[in-house]
Amino acid sequence: MIPAAFDYVRAGSAEEAISLIGEHGEDAKFLAGGHSLLPIMKLRLASPSVLVDIGRLSDLSYIRDAGDHIAIGALTRHMDVETSSVLKEHVPLLACAAGNVGDPQVRHRGTIGGSIAHSDSASDLPATTLALGATYIAQGPHGTREIAAADFFHGFLESALEPDEMLTEIRVPKMNGAGWSFQKFNRRAQDWAIVGVAAWRRGTESGVGLVNMGSTPILATSVSAAIAQGASVSDAAQLAAAEAEPQNDLNASPEYRVHLAKVLVRRALEESSK
Amino acid sequence: MKIQVTVNGVVHDSDVEPRTLLVHYVRDVLGLTGTNIGCDTSSCGACSLHINGEAVKSCTVLAVQADGDDITTIEGLAAADGEMHPMQKAFMENHGLQCGYCTPGMVMAATSLLKENPSPSEEEVRLGLEGNLCRCTGYHNIVKSVLAAAAAK
Repeated sequence: MIPAAFDYVRAGSAEEAISLIGEHGEDAKFLAGGHSLLPIMKLRLASPSVLVDIGRLSDLSYIRDAGDHIAIGALTRHMDVETSSVLKEHVPLLACAAGNVGDPQVRHRGTIGGSIAHSDSASDLPATTLALGATYIAQGPHGTREIAAADFFHGFLESALEPDEMLTEIRVPKMNGAGWSFQKFNRRAQDWAIVGVAAWRRGTESGVGLVNMGSTPILATSVSAAIAQGASVSDAAQLAAAEAEPQNDLNASPEYRVHLAKVLVRRALEESSK
Repeated sequence: MKIQVTVNGVVHDSDVEPRTLLVHYVRDVLGLTGTNIGCDTSSCGACSLHINGEAVKSCTVLAVQADGDDITTIEGLAAADGEMHPMQKAFMENHGLQCGYCTPGMVMAATSLLKENPSPSEEEVRLGLEGNLCRCTGYHNIVKSVLAAAAAK
């Protein structure tokens, strides 16, 4: 399968990339690692007329300790997130989730910014960064703005990013020793999650993100509210799907997904509560 | 678009359409047909090759993205005198292949794995090869081959 024809331009800086995308209009797309975009272009589900390649902007590949949070450049590859000693120490849930994306070959190319900007509810990192209360930095022609993860995901493959904005950085609060768990249920090793759960807990505080339980990644706020009020893990897990609107597909019915979510949230909270 | 890539130590200057996939470039333009096309959807790993020493699925990389990069395909793994790479030897000695279709991708993924983790456990080998499918289901001997290659180092 070969993508439909497109023009290809390579940007030398974030500013140039944003100016190029503005010049070429809404049919242009940023190309980072290409591991979300190229598969759908090959299936002709997307046919951008222009690709602006930002894959060589190495100054957007970094993981920095910024005090209360870790700042991750949008072009940081999954493999670098997975193996980062800074993240393993301060945000181990994110390092673990990145190690669950696809397979090693995919993790050598795919980037955290690409995965989040693609906004696929079935991807691991949007739901994980949502659970962690991350902030995304978007750069546009008129400067940068911060977007809370909770405000970012608008619909199926739709985000708060404007067509001429580029996701440049992901800021993830340090977990400060919170318990955590990443649960991914799938049938084959490298598949997307049929349902996935990213969770952390520190006493009565918690965050629970759901993968593939709706058209966007879902924050299970009812679960966290129950934990805050002293509910047991099993009781809180019964509320796992309160915010979800799971879809029906080849892998699972909505009823099955709701069942999976309750089981996986219970396991995740048990592991986070140790 | 003009690109320059080094493939198995040889520099190639080519003019490619932007939509040319890297796997088509190495197979059809350079004639290196050892890299196979399997699923063509970045699932099966048959098209795995190395870009700058790391295994990638070349059905999901554009040739233009590899401009300036150093690429190794299965043809470039053996020494110049034809002496097989230790991983290739290990696959041969441990019967790590049946029909052979997945083998180039398996060998490229496995050499990349050992570069990152020179002494993997059996579980780490299985996880490390999660992106490569063998439809003969010959995984047992593939894992045995990779462990043998790691031990031979």
